[in-house]
Amino acid sequence: MESQPEQLVFDFFKEQPQIIAERNDEELKLKIGEFAGPLDLLLYLIRQEQANIFEIPIAKITDEYLRVIRLMEKLDISVAGDFLVMAATLIEIKSKMLLPREIVEENDEDADDPLKELVNRLVEYEKFKNAAQMLWEKSTVEQSIFPRGKIETDENNSEINVGVFDLLNVFQKILSRRKEEIQMEIEREEMSLSEMLSNIKLRLKQSKTFNVTEFFNHTRSKKELVLAFMAILEIVRTEAVKLLQENIFGEIILTKG
Amino acid sequence: MTEIEEKQPRSIEELITILEALIFVTDEPISAKDLANVLEEDSEFVQSAIEELAQEYQERKSGLMLREIAGGWQIATKTELHDEVRKFLKTRPSAKLSLAALETLAVIAYKQPVTVPEILEIRGVQSASAIKTLLDKKLIVNKGRKETVGKPMQYGTSKDFLIQFGLKDLTELPSIEDFEDLTSGL
Repeated sequence: MESQPEQLVFDFFKEQPQIIAERNDEELKLKIGEFAGPLDLLLYLIRQEQANIFEIPIAKITDEYLRVIRLMEKLDISVAGDFLVMAATLIEIKSKMLLPREIVEENDEDADDPLKELVNRLVEYEKFKNAAQMLWEKSTVEQSIFPRGKIETDENNSEINVGVFDLLNVFQKILSRRKEEIQMEIEREEMSLSEMLSNIKLRLKQSKTFNVTEFFNHTRSKKELVLAFMAILEIVRTEAVKLLQENIFGEIILTKG
Repeated sequence: MTEIEEKQPRSIEELITILEALIFVTDEPISAKDLANVLEEDSEFVQSAIEELAQEYQERKSGLMLREIAGGWQIATKTELHDEVRKFLKTRPSAKLSLAALETLAVIAYKQPVTVPEILEIRGVQSASAIKTLLDKKLIVNKGRKETVGKPMQYGTSKDFLIQFGLKDLTELPSIEDFEDLTSGL
Protein backbone atom coordinates (compact mmCIF):
# COMPACT_ATOMS: atom_id res chain seq x y z
CA MET A 1 0.00 0.00 0.00
CA GLU A 2 1.29 3.43 -0.83
CA SER A 3 1.30 5.88 1.99
CA GLN A 4 0.22 8.75 -0.20
CA PRO A 5 -1.71 11.33 1.77
CA GLU A 6 -5.45 11.20 1.22
CA GLN A 7 -6.62 13.90 -1.07
CA LEU A 8 -9.10 16.18 0.57
CA VAL A 9 -11.18 16.63 -2.50
CA PHE A 10 -14.88 16.72 -2.01
CA ASP A 11 -16.04 17.03 -5.56
CA PHE A 12 -18.00 13.81 -5.33
CA PHE A 13 -20.25 15.41 -2.76
CA LYS A 14 -21.59 17.74 -5.39
CA GLU A 15 -23.87 14.98 -6.45
CA GLN A 16 -25.54 14.73 -3.13
CA PRO A 17 -29.18 13.75 -3.10
CA GLN A 18 -31.56 16.65 -3.17
CA ILE A 19 -32.41 16.31 0.47
CA ILE A 20 -28.89 17.19 1.43
CA ALA A 21 -28.39 19.83 -1.20
CA GLU A 22 -31.20 21.80 0.39
CA ARG A 23 -29.42 22.19 3.66
CA ASN A 24 -26.89 24.95 3.85
CA ASP A 25 -24.09 23.54 5.91
CA GLU A 26 -21.16 25.87 6.09
CA GLU A 27 -18.50 23.29 6.71
CA LEU A 28 -17.24 20.47 4.59
CA LYS A 29 -16.67 18.58 7.79
CA LEU A 30 -20.36 18.42 8.37
CA LYS A 31 -21.13 17.47 4.82
CA ILE A 32 -19.19 14.26 4.86
CA GLY A 33 -21.05 13.24 7.96
CA GLU A 34 -24.33 13.65 6.16
CA PHE A 35 -24.51 10.07 5.01
CA ALA A 36 -27.51 8.71 6.78
CA GLY A 37 -25.76 5.41 7.38
CA PRO A 38 -23.39 2.81 5.91
CA LEU A 39 -25.97 1.66 3.36
CA ASP A 40 -26.41 5.25 2.24
CA LEU A 41 -22.67 5.63 1.75
CA LEU A 42 -22.46 2.30 -0.05
CA LEU A 43 -25.29 3.21 -2.43
CA TYR A 44 -23.57 6.50 -3.08
CA LEU A 45 -20.28 4.80 -3.96
CA ILE A 46 -21.99 2.28 -6.21
CA ARG A 47 -23.66 5.12 -8.04
CA GLN A 48 -20.35 6.95 -8.31
CA GLU A 49 -18.96 3.91 -10.07
CA GLN A 50 -22.03 3.88 -12.29
CA ALA A 51 -22.48 0.29 -11.29
CA ASN A 52 -25.64 -1.73 -11.10
CA ILE A 53 -26.80 -2.59 -7.65
CA PHE A 54 -27.05 -6.27 -8.65
CA GLU A 55 -23.52 -6.39 -10.07
CA ILE A 56 -21.46 -4.60 -7.49
CA PRO A 57 -17.72 -4.43 -8.33
CA ILE A 58 -17.05 -5.54 -4.80
CA ALA A 59 -13.25 -5.11 -4.70
CA LYS A 60 -13.40 -1.57 -5.96
CA ILE A 61 -16.34 -0.55 -3.82
CA THR A 62 -14.71 -2.04 -0.73
CA ASP A 63 -11.56 0.00 -1.33
CA GLU A 64 -13.58 3.14 -1.90
CA TYR A 65 -15.61 2.52 1.20
CA LEU A 66 -12.51 2.04 3.36
CA ARG A 67 -11.00 5.16 1.85
CA VAL A 68 -13.98 7.25 2.88
CA ILE A 69 -13.97 5.75 6.37
CA ARG A 70 -10.30 6.64 6.74
CA LEU A 71 -11.02 10.11 5.44
CA MET A 72 -13.74 10.53 7.98
CA GLU A 73 -11.39 9.47 10.74
CA LYS A 74 -8.78 11.85 9.50
CA LEU A 75 -11.27 14.68 9.58
CA ASP A 76 -12.04 13.81 13.16
CA ILE A 77 -15.56 12.72 12.45
CA SER A 78 -16.45 10.02 14.88
CA VAL A 79 -17.17 7.06 12.68
CA ALA A 80 -20.19 5.29 14.02
CA GLY A 81 -19.82 1.59 14.79
CA ASP A 82 -22.35 0.74 12.13
CA PHE A 83 -20.01 2.07 9.44
CA LEU A 84 -17.26 -0.21 10.73
CA VAL A 85 -19.58 -3.21 10.79
CA MET A 86 -20.28 -2.60 7.12
CA ALA A 87 -16.56 -2.30 6.41
CA ALA A 88 -16.05 -5.71 7.99
CA THR A 89 -18.90 -7.17 5.95
CA LEU A 90 -17.40 -5.83 2.74
CA ILE A 91 -13.96 -7.19 3.55
CA GLU A 92 -15.50 -10.56 4.34
CA ILE A 93 -17.34 -10.65 1.02
CA LYS A 94 -14.24 -9.54 -0.84
CA SER A 95 -12.05 -12.19 0.72
CA LYS A 96 -14.62 -14.91 0.12
CA MET A 97 -14.70 -14.02 -3.54
CA LEU A 98 -10.96 -14.49 -3.72
CA LEU A 99 -11.20 -18.05 -2.47
CA PRO A 100 -11.57 -20.85 -4.97
CA ARG A 101 -15.17 -21.88 -5.49
CA GLU A 102 -14.96 -25.38 -3.99
CA ILE A 103 -13.69 -24.19 -0.65
CA VAL A 104 -16.45 -21.66 -0.38
CA GLU A 105 -19.08 -24.26 -1.10
CA GLU A 106 -17.59 -26.65 1.41
CA ASN A 107 -17.61 -24.12 4.15
CA ASP A 108 -20.97 -22.64 3.38
CA GLU A 109 -23.61 -25.14 4.23
CA ASP A 110 -26.77 -23.56 2.93
CA ALA A 111 -25.31 -21.05 0.51
CA ASP A 112 -25.53 -18.23 3.00
CA ASP A 113 -24.29 -15.78 0.45
CA PRO A 114 -23.29 -12.53 2.21
CA LEU A 115 -23.14 -10.64 -1.07
CA LYS A 116 -26.65 -11.63 -2.02
CA GLU A 117 -27.80 -10.65 1.44
CA LEU A 118 -26.10 -7.28 1.11
CA VAL A 119 -27.69 -6.65 -2.28
CA ASN A 120 -31.11 -7.46 -0.84
CA ARG A 121 -30.52 -5.05 2.00
CA LEU A 122 -29.42 -2.34 -0.41
CA VAL A 123 -32.48 -2.82 -2.58
CA GLU A 124 -34.73 -2.68 0.48
CA TYR A 125 -32.91 0.31 1.92
CA GLU A 126 -33.08 2.26 -1.31
CA LYS A 127 -36.86 2.02 -1.34
CA PHE A 128 -37.03 3.73 2.02
CA LYS A 129 -34.47 6.28 1.02
CA ASN A 130 -36.66 7.21 -1.93
CA ALA A 131 -39.71 7.20 0.32
CA ALA A 132 -37.86 9.63 2.63
CA GLN A 133 -37.36 11.94 -0.32
CA MET A 134 -41.07 11.71 -1.14
CA LEU A 135 -41.87 12.66 2.47
CA TRP A 136 -39.48 15.57 2.25
CA GLU A 137 -41.25 16.83 -0.86
CA LYS A 138 -44.65 16.44 0.75
CA SER A 139 -43.64 18.36 3.85
CA THR A 140 -42.19 21.12 1.70
CA VAL A 141 -45.48 21.52 -0.12
CA GLU A 142 -47.34 21.35 3.17
CA GLN A 143 -45.25 24.15 4.63
CA SER A 144 -46.68 26.52 2.07
CA ILE A 145 -50.25 25.91 3.22
CA PHE A 146 -51.65 27.72 6.21
CA PRO A 147 -54.82 26.89 8.12
CA ARG A 148 -56.50 29.72 9.96
CA GLY A 149 -54.66 31.07 12.98
CA LYS A 150 -55.66 30.05 16.45
CA ILE A 151 -58.40 32.08 18.02
CA GLU A 152 -59.17 32.58 21.68
CA THR A 153 -61.88 29.96 21.90
CA ASP A 154 -59.43 27.28 20.78
CA GLU A 155 -57.87 27.65 24.19
CA ASN A 156 -59.66 27.05 27.45
CA ASN A 157 -62.94 28.71 28.14
CA SER A 158 -62.89 31.79 30.31
CA GLU A 159 -64.23 30.07 33.40
CA ILE A 160 -61.48 27.92 34.73
CA ASN A 161 -61.90 25.64 37.67
CA VAL A 162 -59.36 26.45 40.30
CA GLY A 163 -57.42 23.82 42.20
CA VAL A 164 -55.84 24.07 45.61
CA PHE A 165 -52.48 24.82 44.03
CA ASP A 166 -53.80 27.89 42.27
CA LEU A 167 -55.10 29.06 45.61
CA LEU A 168 -51.74 28.38 47.20
CA ASN A 169 -50.12 30.37 44.45
CA VAL A 170 -52.22 33.45 45.11
CA PHE A 171 -51.59 33.05 48.80
CA GLN A 172 -47.84 32.94 48.30
CA LYS A 173 -47.91 35.97 46.05
CA ILE A 174 -49.68 38.02 48.68
CA LEU A 175 -47.46 36.64 51.40
CA SER A 176 -44.32 37.70 49.59
CA ARG A 177 -45.80 41.12 48.99
CA ARG A 178 -46.48 41.38 52.71
CA LYS A 179 -42.88 40.63 53.52
CA GLU A 180 -41.74 43.73 51.74
CA GLU A 181 -43.91 46.03 53.78
CA ILE A 182 -42.14 46.91 56.97
CA GLN A 183 -44.65 47.31 59.70
CA MET A 184 -44.49 48.42 63.24
CA GLU A 185 -45.17 45.66 65.66
CA ILE A 186 -48.32 46.56 67.47
CA GLU A 187 -50.14 44.16 69.69
CA ARG A 188 -53.46 43.46 68.17
CA GLU A 189 -56.32 41.27 69.01
CA GLU A 190 -56.05 38.27 66.69
CA MET A 191 -58.89 36.28 65.28
CA SER A 192 -59.19 32.56 65.83
CA LEU A 193 -59.77 30.08 63.02
CA SER A 194 -63.39 29.53 64.01
CA GLU A 195 -63.99 33.28 64.06
CA MET A 196 -62.48 33.55 60.62
CA LEU A 197 -64.61 30.65 59.40
CA SER A 198 -67.88 32.13 60.62
CA ASN A 199 -66.81 35.48 59.23
CA ILE A 200 -66.40 34.03 55.72
CA LYS A 201 -69.59 31.99 56.02
CA LEU A 202 -71.50 35.08 56.96
CA ARG A 203 -70.14 37.00 54.00
CA LEU A 204 -70.99 34.12 51.71
CA LYS A 205 -74.54 34.13 53.02
CA GLN A 206 -74.92 37.85 52.39
CA SER A 207 -73.67 37.82 48.83
CA LYS A 208 -73.45 34.65 46.83
CA THR A 209 -69.96 35.33 45.59
CA PHE A 210 -66.85 36.20 47.46
CA ASN A 211 -63.57 37.53 46.10
CA VAL A 212 -60.84 35.44 47.70
CA THR A 213 -57.92 37.47 46.40
CA GLU A 214 -59.41 40.66 47.75
CA PHE A 215 -60.15 39.02 51.06
CA PHE A 216 -56.54 37.91 51.41
CA ASN A 217 -55.38 41.40 50.62
CA HIS A 218 -57.49 42.89 53.37
CA THR A 219 -56.14 40.80 56.19
CA ARG A 220 -54.27 42.84 58.74
CA SER A 221 -51.36 40.56 59.61
CA LYS A 222 -49.50 37.54 58.38
CA LYS A 223 -51.11 35.41 61.00
CA GLU A 224 -54.53 36.55 59.93
CA LEU A 225 -53.63 35.86 56.31
CA VAL A 226 -52.64 32.30 57.18
CA LEU A 227 -55.87 31.90 59.10
CA ALA A 228 -57.86 33.20 56.14
CA PHE A 229 -56.14 30.75 53.85
CA MET A 230 -56.85 27.84 56.16
CA ALA A 231 -60.44 28.92 56.53
CA ILE A 232 -60.92 29.03 52.75
CA LEU A 233 -59.47 25.55 52.43
CA GLU A 234 -61.77 24.35 55.18
CA ILE A 235 -64.84 25.86 53.54
CA VAL A 236 -63.98 24.38 50.16
CA ARG A 237 -63.64 21.02 51.88
CA THR A 238 -66.81 21.09 53.93
CA GLU A 239 -69.31 23.34 52.18
CA ALA A 240 -70.96 23.19 48.81
CA VAL A 241 -68.89 25.95 47.27
CA LYS A 242 -66.89 26.34 44.08
CA LEU A 243 -63.70 28.23 43.40
CA LEU A 244 -63.68 29.97 40.04
CA GLN A 245 -61.14 31.99 38.15
CA GLU A 246 -62.38 33.98 35.22
CA ASN A 247 -59.10 34.15 33.42
CA ILE A 248 -55.61 32.85 33.89
CA PHE A 249 -53.85 34.68 36.75
CA GLY A 250 -57.14 36.45 37.42
CA GLU A 251 -58.87 36.83 40.72
CA ILE A 252 -60.23 33.76 42.44
CA ILE A 253 -63.90 33.89 43.33
CA LEU A 254 -65.71 31.69 45.81
CA THR A 255 -69.30 30.94 44.82
CA LYS A 256 -72.11 28.97 46.40
CA GLY A 257 -73.38 25.76 44.88
CA MET B 1 -82.61 19.49 26.24
CA THR B 2 -85.51 21.15 24.51
CA GLU B 3 -87.85 19.11 22.41
CA ILE B 4 -87.39 20.07 18.79
CA GLU B 5 -90.69 20.70 17.09
CA GLU B 6 -90.97 18.94 13.71
CA LYS B 7 -87.68 19.90 12.16
CA GLN B 8 -87.77 20.98 8.54
CA PRO B 9 -85.21 18.98 6.57
CA ARG B 10 -82.32 21.18 5.49
CA SER B 11 -81.73 21.84 1.83
CA ILE B 12 -78.23 21.14 0.53
CA GLU B 13 -77.65 24.89 0.16
CA GLU B 14 -78.48 25.47 3.82
CA LEU B 15 -76.29 22.58 4.83
CA ILE B 16 -73.36 23.91 2.80
CA THR B 17 -73.68 27.30 4.51
CA ILE B 18 -73.66 25.73 7.95
CA LEU B 19 -70.81 23.35 7.12
CA GLU B 20 -68.63 26.18 5.88
CA ALA B 21 -69.10 27.97 9.21
CA LEU B 22 -68.37 24.85 11.25
CA ILE B 23 -65.29 23.86 9.29
CA PHE B 24 -64.08 27.44 9.61
CA VAL B 25 -64.30 27.50 13.39
CA THR B 26 -62.78 24.09 14.09
CA ASP B 27 -59.22 24.11 15.22
CA GLU B 28 -58.33 20.69 13.82
CA PRO B 29 -59.51 18.94 10.68
CA ILE B 30 -63.05 17.68 11.28
CA SER B 31 -64.53 14.59 9.67
CA ALA B 32 -67.79 14.47 7.72
CA LYS B 33 -69.01 11.93 10.27
CA ASP B 34 -68.42 14.27 13.21
CA LEU B 35 -70.13 17.08 11.37
CA ALA B 36 -73.07 14.79 10.54
CA ASN B 37 -73.39 13.83 14.21
CA VAL B 38 -73.42 17.44 15.37
CA LEU B 39 -75.99 18.47 12.78
CA GLU B 40 -78.01 15.25 13.07
CA GLU B 41 -77.76 14.74 9.36
CA ASP B 42 -77.01 11.73 7.23
CA SER B 43 -73.24 11.51 6.85
CA GLU B 44 -73.41 10.79 3.12
CA PHE B 45 -75.51 13.91 2.68
CA VAL B 46 -72.92 15.88 4.62
CA GLN B 47 -70.08 14.34 2.63
CA SER B 48 -71.61 15.33 -0.69
CA ALA B 49 -72.36 18.83 0.61
CA ILE B 50 -68.72 19.26 1.67
CA GLU B 51 -67.52 18.09 -1.71
CA GLU B 52 -69.80 20.60 -3.38
CA LEU B 53 -68.45 23.33 -1.13
CA ALA B 54 -64.87 22.32 -1.97
CA GLN B 55 -65.82 22.55 -5.62
CA GLU B 56 -67.22 26.05 -5.06
CA TYR B 57 -63.95 27.16 -3.50
CA GLN B 58 -62.11 25.98 -6.56
CA GLU B 59 -64.45 27.58 -9.03
CA ARG B 60 -64.53 31.03 -7.53
CA LYS B 61 -60.73 31.40 -7.48
CA SER B 62 -60.70 31.69 -3.72
CA GLY B 63 -57.54 32.37 -1.78
CA LEU B 64 -58.67 29.51 0.38
CA MET B 65 -59.25 25.87 -0.27
CA LEU B 66 -61.32 23.27 1.45
CA ARG B 67 -59.27 20.15 1.64
CA GLU B 68 -59.26 16.70 3.14
CA ILE B 69 -56.42 16.01 5.55
CA ALA B 70 -55.77 13.59 8.42
CA GLY B 71 -59.23 12.08 8.13
CA GLY B 72 -61.02 15.43 8.26
CA TRP B 73 -61.76 18.64 6.41
CA GLN B 74 -59.94 21.91 6.80
CA ILE B 75 -60.04 25.40 5.31
CA ALA B 76 -56.54 26.59 4.45
CA THR B 77 -54.73 29.02 2.20
CA LYS B 78 -53.72 27.94 -1.27
CA THR B 79 -50.19 26.71 -1.86
CA GLU B 80 -49.36 29.35 -4.43
CA LEU B 81 -49.99 32.16 -1.95
CA HIS B 82 -47.24 31.03 0.42
CA ASP B 83 -44.94 33.96 -0.31
CA GLU B 84 -47.51 36.59 0.56
CA VAL B 85 -48.89 34.72 3.55
CA ARG B 86 -45.44 34.10 4.96
CA LYS B 87 -44.47 37.72 4.46
CA PHE B 88 -47.60 38.84 6.25
CA LEU B 89 -47.20 36.39 9.12
CA LYS B 90 -43.46 37.08 9.25
CA THR B 91 -42.73 33.37 9.46
CA ARG B 92 -40.12 31.27 7.81
CA PRO B 93 -40.44 27.61 6.88
CA SER B 94 -39.71 25.63 10.00
CA ALA B 95 -36.56 23.57 10.28
CA LYS B 96 -36.44 20.52 8.09
CA LEU B 97 -35.87 17.09 9.47
CA SER B 98 -32.43 15.60 8.94
CA LEU B 99 -31.92 12.93 6.34
CA ALA B 100 -31.57 10.32 9.08
CA ALA B 101 -34.82 11.43 10.72
CA LEU B 102 -36.67 11.40 7.39
CA GLU B 103 -35.44 7.91 6.58
CA THR B 104 -36.43 6.66 10.00
CA LEU B 105 -39.83 8.27 9.59
CA ALA B 106 -40.25 6.61 6.19
CA VAL B 107 -39.46 3.19 7.68
CA ILE B 108 -41.91 3.78 10.53
CA ALA B 109 -44.62 5.06 8.20
CA TYR B 110 -44.42 2.01 5.96
CA LYS B 111 -43.63 -0.71 8.48
CA GLN B 112 -45.72 0.32 11.47
CA PRO B 113 -45.98 -0.90 14.09
CA VAL B 114 -42.22 -1.32 13.99
CA THR B 115 -39.52 -1.83 16.63
CA VAL B 116 -36.08 -0.25 16.96
CA PRO B 117 -34.23 -3.46 15.92
CA GLU B 118 -36.45 -3.71 12.83
CA ILE B 119 -35.60 -0.12 11.90
CA LEU B 120 -31.90 -0.88 12.41
CA GLU B 121 -32.24 -3.90 10.12
CA ILE B 122 -33.51 -1.73 7.26
CA ARG B 123 -31.41 1.38 7.78
CA GLY B 124 -28.22 -0.40 8.83
CA VAL B 125 -27.58 2.25 11.45
CA GLN B 126 -28.68 3.06 14.98
CA SER B 127 -31.68 5.36 14.90
CA ALA B 128 -32.06 6.31 18.56
CA SER B 129 -31.56 10.06 18.15
CA ALA B 130 -33.74 10.17 15.04
CA ILE B 131 -36.50 8.38 16.96
CA LYS B 132 -36.16 10.85 19.81
CA THR B 133 -36.46 13.78 17.39
CA LEU B 134 -39.55 12.24 15.82
CA LEU B 135 -41.12 11.62 19.22
CA ASP B 136 -40.33 15.19 20.31
CA LYS B 137 -41.97 16.52 17.17
CA LYS B 138 -44.94 14.23 17.84
CA LEU B 139 -44.67 12.71 14.38
CA ILE B 140 -44.53 9.22 15.84
CA VAL B 141 -46.12 7.61 18.88
CA ASN B 142 -45.57 4.52 20.98
CA LYS B 143 -47.68 1.63 19.82
CA GLY B 144 -47.14 -0.70 22.75
CA ARG B 145 -44.61 -3.47 23.12
CA LYS B 146 -44.04 -6.37 20.77
CA GLU B 147 -44.55 -9.84 22.18
CA THR B 148 -41.07 -11.11 21.39
CA VAL B 149 -37.79 -11.47 23.23
CA GLY B 150 -37.06 -8.31 25.20
CA LYS B 151 -40.52 -6.91 24.45
CA PRO B 152 -39.22 -4.02 22.34
CA MET B 153 -41.26 -0.83 22.02
CA GLN B 154 -43.14 -0.43 18.76
CA TYR B 155 -43.64 2.85 16.96
CA GLY B 156 -46.19 4.17 14.51
CA THR B 157 -47.01 7.50 12.91
CA SER B 158 -49.33 10.02 14.57
CA LYS B 159 -52.16 12.24 13.40
CA ASP B 160 -49.67 15.12 13.41
CA PHE B 161 -47.68 13.16 10.85
CA LEU B 162 -50.67 13.12 8.51
CA ILE B 163 -51.22 16.84 9.06
CA GLN B 164 -47.60 17.87 8.58
CA PHE B 165 -47.20 15.79 5.45
CA GLY B 166 -50.57 16.72 4.01
CA LEU B 167 -51.99 13.21 3.93
CA LYS B 168 -55.66 12.21 4.13
CA ASP B 169 -54.69 8.91 5.68
CA LEU B 170 -51.93 6.31 5.51
CA THR B 171 -53.40 4.64 2.44
CA GLU B 172 -52.59 7.82 0.53
CA LEU B 173 -48.89 6.99 0.79
CA PRO B 174 -47.66 5.47 -2.47
CA SER B 175 -46.83 1.78 -2.21
CA ILE B 176 -43.27 1.18 -1.02
CA GLU B 177 -42.68 -1.13 -3.98
CA ASP B 178 -43.21 1.84 -6.30
CA PHE B 179 -39.93 3.27 -5.06
CA GLU B 180 -37.87 0.34 -6.18
CA ASP B 181 -36.95 1.19 -9.75
CA LEU B 182 -36.27 4.85 -9.35
CA THR B 183 -32.50 4.66 -9.32
CA SER B 184 -31.26 1.08 -8.99
CA GLY B 185 -31.46 0.36 -12.71
CA LEU B 186 -28.73 2.77 -13.73
